[in-house]
Amino acid sequence: MTAGRSRPAHRGARRRFSAASPPWLFAAPALAVYALVVLYPAISGVVYAFTDWSGIGQDMSFVGLANFRTLLGDEQAMGSIGNTLLLTVAIVAVQNGVGLLLALGVHARLKSRALLRVIFFSPVVVSPVMVAFLWKYIYNPDPSAGLNGLLGLHVDWLGDPSVALWSIAGMVVWQYAGYSMVIFLAGLEGVPRELHEAAMIDGAGTFQRFRYVTWPLLAPAVTINLMLSTIGGLKLFDQIFAATNGGPGYATETLSTVLYKQAFVFGKFGYSTAVALVLALFVAAVSLVQVYYLRRREVTA
Amino acid sequence: MRRTFLLEIVMIAVAVAFLFPVYSLVSLSLKDPGQISRSPLALPDPPTFDNYGSAWSAAALGPSLVNSTVITVVSLVALIALGSFAAYFLARVQSRLGYGLYILFLLGIVLPFQLGMIPLYELVSDLGLIGTHTGMILFYTGIQLPFTVFLYTGFIRALPREYASAAQIDGASHLTAFTRVVFPLLRPITGTVLILNAVFIWNDFFTPLVYLGGSGYETVPVSVFAFVGQYVSDHGLVFAGLVLGALPIVVVFLALQRYVIKGFSSGLKG
Repeated sequence: MTAGRSRPAHRGARRRFSAASPPWLFAAPALAVYALVVLYPAISGVVYAFTDWSGIGQDMSFVGLANFRTLLGDEQAMGSIGNTLLLTVAIVAVQNGVGLLLALGVHARLKSRALLRVIFFSPVVVSPVMVAFLWKYIYNPDPSAGLNGLLGLHVDWLGDPSVALWSIAGMVVWQYAGYSMVIFLAGLEGVPRELHEAAMIDGAGTFQRFRYVTWPLLAPAVTINLMLSTIGGLKLFDQIFAATNGGPGYATETLSTVLYKQAFVFGKFGYSTAVALVLALFVAAVSLVQVYYLRRREVTA
Repeated sequence: MRRTFLLEIVMIAVAVAFLFPVYSLVSLSLKDPGQISRSPLALPDPPTFDNYGSAWSAAALGPSLVNSTVITVVSLVALIALGSFAAYFLARVQSRLGYGLYILFLLGIVLPFQLGMIPLYELVSDLGLIGTHTGMILFYTGIQLPFTVFLYTGFIRALPREYASAAQIDGASHLTAFTRVVFPLLRPITGTVLILNAVFIWNDFFTPLVYLGGSGYETVPVSVFAFVGQYVSDHGLVFAGLVLGALPIVVVFLALQRYVIKGFSSGLKG
């Protein structure tokens, strides 16, 4: 985000009042609920990741790094790491690319732009599980129905292991491109018209104006969009659970589906939590790197 | 302008392609099984509304709607109250500790909830809140606080301090200055917080499946999930159920949608 609007200098008697910050009590209730529901369970989760807990009773012992060693030797789980990363890269690239194009399109002075914005954003508000059920039909292999019927293809979108992961990415992009669009749109609305007019007078074409005026000023929107879509992609669960449940074979298995199955199908809660910890570390590492690089770009832009 | 006209045509074409899944959803929900197998892509001819009646009762949507509404509304009130108060402190405090606390809240956006999933289940169970509305409300309030605090803090940072200071010079306490002066100024971002959290809470699937499954307090996505599993091959019926399940939140969104873009643009400037 930019440095924010500069505040007028505080003067005289006012200074004491404006410097006085609200007391801690303002944050205390939120902190209490947050600690109870998020922090305490997450810290306990980190502890469980080093045990062999089966989820029943108090019967558990510390096993050191055994769960992580199991993970390294578990071909299916290692494959799911690859799938998670591929899926995330695909979603981040396409969702933001499409989102940016849509935002540029509906930012122009079109008669239908208000309606178009609502249309592109509306899938965001529908439950991911329900969207997955809808797309399971859109992706059905019948050549006369769904996407095949529309395009005249014979693809088994969710049944062919070499296609299934990209099909999942497709439905996620369809659902969330509008979310990226809205954030880019907010960025575009912050670009002053005078800058465009000045560039036009200097003889800059449409592309040049985008490259040298719009794009640098979009930096905060780019940061937020990349962060949210990366985190969303890495944590993706509902859509896969409802559409393929990790199949065919292990083609769409990701860290989220693996940790779900290890806990609720095989009762290996300790191992499942270890997988969750690996996922958390992935998300944290990627977010940190993104914040570092993107923030730097914002400052220099 | 010719170019604007051309762009308009292109964007409308994109929107039409984009709406193909929605067309399939609605048109299949209005067909009987014979029509679906004969002409899956054609318009329903004649449309039948039988699927809607059957789906409504088969998915037990009435009680789930009540459960979802209670859980969503109470969680939203808690999130807006707790989140805006905390953000007011975090946006105004000028100490390292305050900044550290802000980062601690942001950490919650990054952490996958699965990490704490099992310990949290134990905790909720120890409190006797499995299969209750209270358990779900507590969960959603906690899990969505980071994002709420993030949005509010960004917005409040961009607000001039002078509004609250003026009230305090007139003798108002911090609490009065916030509730009477600052909070009303937060309306655009409160709209955004409201919609985005409502969408998340209403649509969340996994947690209510684990915490509420079989309790009789199921939310809409859980009921629809069970219903789809049961009638998987009858697409007309299943799609009518999906339309009914999605309708409430879509209507709320359409009523409040102008806040989404406004709220985002003010949040970004913050």
